[in-house]
Amino acid sequence: MALLELRDVTKVYRMGDVDVRALDGVSVQIERGEFVAIMGASGSGKSTMMNILGCLDRPTTGEYLLDGQSVASKSRAELAGLRNRAIGFVFQSFNLLSRTSALENVELPLLYAGVSSGAEREKRATGALTRVGLGERVDHLPNQLSGGQQQRVAIARALVNKPPLLLADEPTGALDSKTSVEVMQLLSDLSHEGMTVVLVTHEPDMAAWARRVLVMKDGKLVSDAKQQPVKGAA
Amino acid sequence: MGPLQIFRLALKALRRNLLRSFLTALGIIIGVAAVIAMVSIGEGAKQQVEASFASMGTNLLIVMPGSSMSGGARGGFGSQPTLTRDDLKAISTELTMVDAAAPDLRTGAQLQSEEQNWATSVHGTTPSFFRIRKWNAARGATLTDSDIDSGAKVVVLGATVAEKLFGANAEALGQLVRIKGVPFQVVGVLERKGQSANGQDNDDTALVPLSTFLSRLSPALGAFLPGPILVSAVSGEAVPRAQKQVTDLLRERHRIAVGADDDFNIRNLAEVASAQQQGADTLSSLLASIAAVSLLVGGIGIMNIMLVSVTERTREIGIRMAVGATPGQVLAQFLSEALTLSLLGGLIGVGAGVLIAQQLSAGFGWPLLIRTDVIFIATAFSGLVGVGFGLYPALKASRMDPITALRFE
Repeated sequence: MALLELRDVTKVYRMGDVDVRALDGVSVQIERGEFVAIMGASGSGKSTMMNILGCLDRPTTGEYLLDGQSVASKSRAELAGLRNRAIGFVFQSFNLLSRTSALENVELPLLYAGVSSGAEREKRATGALTRVGLGERVDHLPNQLSGGQQQRVAIARALVNKPPLLLADEPTGALDSKTSVEVMQLLSDLSHEGMTVVLVTHEPDMAAWARRVLVMKDGKLVSDAKQQPVKGAA
Repeated sequence: MGPLQIFRLALKALRRNLLRSFLTALGIIIGVAAVIAMVSIGEGAKQQVEASFASMGTNLLIVMPGSSMSGGARGGFGSQPTLTRDDLKAISTELTMVDAAAPDLRTGAQLQSEEQNWATSVHGTTPSFFRIRKWNAARGATLTDSDIDSGAKVVVLGATVAEKLFGANAEALGQLVRIKGVPFQVVGVLERKGQSANGQDNDDTALVPLSTFLSRLSPALGAFLPGPILVSAVSGEAVPRAQKQVTDLLRERHRIAVGADDDFNIRNLAEVASAQQQGADTLSSLLASIAAVSLLVGGIGIMNIMLVSVTERTREIGIRMAVGATPGQVLAQFLSEALTLSLLGGLIGVGAGVLIAQQLSAGFGWPLLIRTDVIFIATAFSGLVGVGFGLYPALKASRMDPITALRFE
C-alpha cells in the first residue's frame, strides 16, 4: 500500500468573485522510502499540493489517503495529531521559535505528542540534533546559528517524532549553494535510511537529488518520471 | 501536554515581555487592591455600627410616657408621666415575648468624692436594667433586689465616672460618693463600654436603686415613674411581637378606648439599628462596586494585551500547529497566559490591598475588618476576569489557519 495517495484531488480557492483551481484532478501515489521532488513554476499548484499532503489543508473534492486513512473527514484536532505523528515539516524560512533554544525547538513535537518526561524529551531531542550534526549546539538560540545550522535544527525537529513522511518546502531557498548541498545531502541520507522525503522546489539542481520528479503546471500533474539521482547516492 | 507544562509555557511567554506583563497585571493588581481596601474599610464601618448597637442591646424597646398638654402647648413624649410601677411589673411578668423590663429614670447631678467632683447623669433603676443593657460589673457587683427593697444608698459607677472621681488607678469600691448631698457607697464599677451609636460616652454614668432614686434624688410622683421603661424582647425576631404585646397591655391597663391615641410611645431600637445598618451596607456595596469597576478595567487591559500578543505571535501559533498542536492546546496555552497574568496580579493585589487598608485605617483612624472570604472571592474573581477576558483572544489564536499563520510576517 502506498504511504501517500491522492485520488482525483481538486482544490478550489475563492478569490473575490473568481474561483481559482489551485489543484485540478491530481492523482498520484508515493510509496514508502521514496525521495520525490515536486517541481513547477510559482502558481503551478505545488504549494497547495504540499499543504494537502501535509494535512494543513483539505481537498475540495477527491480523496487523500495517508497511510491508508482518508483525511477528508478528520477534524482539526485529528489533523493536528496526524501532523504530529506522521509528518515532519521543513520550511524555506526555517520557522523556528525565536528566543527558544535549539533543544527546546526540537522538543516541541514531543511536547504535543504527550511525552511528559522532560528527561525523555531531552534525550530524544539531543539524539535528533546529533543526527543532523548539531550535538554541540543544543543550547544555542536560532539567532546564534547560521542559516544552514537553523535549517538543520528544523530538520531535527521534523525527525524527532520519527514520522514516516518528511515534507520539505523549498528547504534551500534561503541558503547559499554550499550550505544547500549539505542540507540536500542530509535529506538524501534520510531517504536512504527509509524515510519518505517529498521535496517541493523550483530549482532543477535540487530536484536532481530526488529519484522521482513530479512536474506541476496550472494545477495539473504534467510529468511523473523516475530518474537516477545525480549526486548523493553515496 | 499536562497542566503543569502549559503553566510553565505561560510563565515563559510572560517572562519574555516582563515589563508588558507587569503593566498588564497592574490593572488587576489595582483592581484587586481596591476591592480589598474598600471592602475592608466598608466592613469595618459596618462592624462598628453593629458593635455599638450590640452594646446597647438590639432587642431593646423604650416605652416613653405620654405628652403633657398645658394651655394649648403640647409637650413631647415623656413630659407627662403616665407609666406606673404597676405597669412596669405587669410588663415584666405578664408578657410572653418580654424577657425583662426596667425603669430608666434620669437626673443630672454633681457627684462628689473626697478629692474630686464630676457632673454626670444618675439613673434610678432595678437589677433587670443590667441584664437588658448587657452591662456587667468589672469590679464589685451591680444592684440587687434587696438594694431596691431596702432603698439602700448604694451606687454603681461607670468606668469614666470612677476614674474622674478616684483617679485611674485608685480603688473606688467601698468609697463614699455624695449625690445631691446624699452619701452613697460605691458597690460596683462597670466594664468599659465605649461610645454609643450617637457618640455618647456609655461609661459616663452612675446607677442607683429605683427606690433610693425616687425618695432621695427626684421629686416623687406617687405611683408614676418620671421616665421611660426599657424592655428587652426574648429575641431579636420577637421585637415586633413584644412591641405589640406591650402596646395592647398598656392600652388595656390605661383604659384607652378603641381609636383613641396611646398615652405612651414605644421606640424600637432595632429599627434605628437596621436603618444605620442599611447605611453602612450601602456604603459597603458602593465601595465594592467602585472596586469591581476597576477590576473590570483591568480585565479589559488583559484582553487588549492578549489580542496584541496573539497577533504578534501568529507565526509561532502557525509553527506550533504545524508540529502538531491541536486547537485545544493552543487555546489552553493562551488562556493560561491570561489566567496566570490575572491570578498573579490578583495575589499581588491582595497584598497591596491589605497594606493600603492598614495604612488608611492607621492614617485616618477608620475601623478595619479584613475578611478572608473577601480575599478568596477577590482572588477567584480576578482569575475569572482572566479567563473571561482571555477567552476571546485564545479562541482567536486556536481558530487560526496554520497555512496563513505560517506565512504571517
